[in-house]
Amino acid sequence: MMVQVKITAKKTLILPVDAEVITPDAIDSLSLSKVESLYVWEGNRRRPLGELFDVEFIDSDEDDALTLWVRGDLKSVRRIGSHMSFGRILIDGDVGMYLGENMKGGMIQVKGNAGSWLGSDMNAGLIEVLGDAGDFVGAPPRGLTRGMSGGRIHVKGSVGNECGCWMDDGVIIVDGDLGLFGGIHMRGGVILTRGNTLSRIGAGMVNGKVVVLGNVPSILPSFTFEEIRKSTRVGNDRVEGPFYMFSGDLAEDGKGRLYIAISENNHLHFIEKYLEVK
Amino acid sequence: MDLLIINGVVYDPINSVNGERMDIAVHNGKIVGHVNDSEAKVIDASNMLIMSGGVDIHSHIAGPKVNAGRLLRPEDHVNDFEVKGPFIRSGVGGSVPSTFTTGYRYARMGYTTVMEPATPPIKTRHTHDELNDTPIIDKACYILFGNNWFVLEYLKDNRVEDCAEYVSWILDALKGYAVKVVNPGGVEAWGWGENVRGIDDVVPNFGITPREIIRGLCKVNTLLGLPHSVHLHTNNLGRPGNYQTTLDTMRCVEDLADVDPILHITHCQFSSFKGDDWTNLTSAAPEISDYVNKHSHVTLDMGQIIFTETTTMTADGPHEYMIHGISGNKWVNLDIEAETGGGVVPYTYKPKSYVNATQWTIGLELALMIDDPWKIMLSTDHPNAGPFVEYPSIMSWLISKYARQKSLEKVNKKTLRRSHLSDLDRELSLSELIVMTRCSPSKALGLDKKGHLGVGADADIAIFDIDPMRVDTSKEYLKYDRAFRRAAYTIKDGIVVARNGEITTRHTGKTLWIKSGFPQEAFGSLINELRERFERYYTIQLDNYPIDESCLTNSKPVFTQSSLWS
Repeated sequence: MMVQVKITAKKTLILPVDAEVITPDAIDSLSLSKVESLYVWEGNRRRPLGELFDVEFIDSDEDDALTLWVRGDLKSVRRIGSHMSFGRILIDGDVGMYLGENMKGGMIQVKGNAGSWLGSDMNAGLIEVLGDAGDFVGAPPRGLTRGMSGGRIHVKGSVGNECGCWMDDGVIIVDGDLGLFGGIHMRGGVILTRGNTLSRIGAGMVNGKVVVLGNVPSILPSFTFEEIRKSTRVGNDRVEGPFYMFSGDLAEDGKGRLYIAISENNHLHFIEKYLEVK
Repeated sequence: MDLLIINGVVYDPINSVNGERMDIAVHNGKIVGHVNDSEAKVIDASNMLIMSGGVDIHSHIAGPKVNAGRLLRPEDHVNDFEVKGPFIRSGVGGSVPSTFTTGYRYARMGYTTVMEPATPPIKTRHTHDELNDTPIIDKACYILFGNNWFVLEYLKDNRVEDCAEYVSWILDALKGYAVKVVNPGGVEAWGWGENVRGIDDVVPNFGITPREIIRGLCKVNTLLGLPHSVHLHTNNLGRPGNYQTTLDTMRCVEDLADVDPILHITHCQFSSFKGDDWTNLTSAAPEISDYVNKHSHVTLDMGQIIFTETTTMTADGPHEYMIHGISGNKWVNLDIEAETGGGVVPYTYKPKSYVNATQWTIGLELALMIDDPWKIMLSTDHPNAGPFVEYPSIMSWLISKYARQKSLEKVNKKTLRRSHLSDLDRELSLSELIVMTRCSPSKALGLDKKGHLGVGADADIAIFDIDPMRVDTSKEYLKYDRAFRRAAYTIKDGIVVARNGEITTRHTGKTLWIKSGFPQEAFGSLINELRERFERYYTIQLDNYPIDESCLTNSKPVFTQSSLWS
């Protein structure tokens, strides 16, 4: 029989709360009182978890993985699921920045929206967001040049700017739209968006793949048009096109690939004349 | 309040105290012969090691390029921070700590005086703002002169006395402490995408050679009677084969020396490379140490490599461009008006890299092959070769051959075959180590109240929780390493500022600067000349250039006697 843990915010949290202890790894095999006395930072004050959150243990025989149910107003709660390696976190509502940073396994599901730096620097595992996510999905903290190196992030809504910045490996799937600079500095991995993007996708990319099924306002001049492809692979799935395939960013001597759906991008049809030249 | 430190084992090489149990009395921030026992606060230092507070002659802790390093590297700070406490402010660490953290971390290691070694004249106001916010330690800044247009023109025309007047005015007006020279002529040439490759290359547009600049500034230094010698970062720094340039540089001022050393070659490790390229780089420590052993007009500091991730920063713009090219890391380049340049590049020293491992051996070889510890001081050129918090590692390597062997096992095998380090049996005694970290830097800086524990000295004292009578330096170096990282007590100006790693009070150290002996009216013609050039070349007015003494939180002018105007 497994224990499930319910963590509910007692009030609307206004100050930022750094709650890296809300992970299965930190809570695993601790007693209720120990969990309540784990420290979180609220603004510049250190507080026990029990002061800001109600913690409840529920016996359950359904599941084999430790599951945390986190509820309440969590918009200013950061770093939930930091460095987690197993189990599940189910978040009912919106959540703040750095959800699942450095995640090494397990699964996180968010029923609302997630803040910026979702899955920052993650290595493995799965994050699913039913709403939107902020900027810098999968990106490392500022200054580092190695981002997400594995795992899968699935956002059912839209995401902000610089999605997949410095990404090395793994998969990011966005059912909605992508902001500016999707896949900037990308070193590997795949980003798929089923919606539209803003411009400058793939800026500075060296390797990896960005697939856009919607509209792209423009392609950076440092990308070259290679050919038309019928379909492409995203993780284990095949996504049907047809696509214009570009490679770049030549400014970085890169071999990255952009797959842009032909059907949604009439303004790019002119490049087909270069096919005949080839 | 008076202090009485009893029963400690005292090492004070300047006063020939070599591990004796004795008491130390402190009154009004000074060491005295005797205090009233009943009124003094007594510190029981039984079985503890007592020495004077550490003096760091070269550590980049404040100023524009240090701040550029902080801005460039948010990733350096993300996992290392200081939490606000009763006596400390929050801050970040990493290789370029914030100002407050810098002060706390030096104090925890028992260091009480630190010199910021390179500040461009026009940016000195910024440096002082940061030094004001660096708590506990005494500090000062060296002003960059080696590529200054005024200096180059004066020296080209052989107007040494006018140059001395200018240098004196700058030190006084900007509250600097010493003359710093970085790649003389080379940084000016870098403004045109060039560099100088030896001390006889001509600097473009000025028609002067590095030899003339170094000799000229040494003459200026002597004329002004400055407490420190010329603090030189050599030409060709960090390039294979540069030891010839270093030897040429030391030779070129031989005839100018009197009794005291006239030149300080800083972070000498970077200037002691032999070989034609990076693949056959070897140590020139034997050649450099042989020269230094036979001459007394130069002092050195180590610039010892630490195998870690760090941030390189120097006023040597072309050198930083080279590191950027080698590492591919992000790079900041600075060009500072008519005065100097600079650069910042993050870098990781790896033990398995042949070049890095060789650099590591060079620093230690220099320290061990130079017989007189008064001639070589301990430094990492923080943060260029490693952050200052790693000084205890260097101390372990110096006092224990066993510690060196442990580290040698992990370095590149080719380095191991070619290096002399494993043949060196010398192990520094505690006295020698104290000379390298306290006495010698104080003497080189002309700080006669620091670096010793005699009556009248500043009560800057470090007490370490280790008994040198019982713990062997050679075999049990790890215990020393641990003790040196966290002083049991650090006493600054007679106040206990740190206790077992905890900062125990708020304290502001002094900022030292050179007060010119010139009467102000003597500067009249100089000011007129400067004003005209400022109008043409500078972004600020001359009247906004000097820094008033009221801008220093705790100002401590040092008066000098110049032979020029007496």
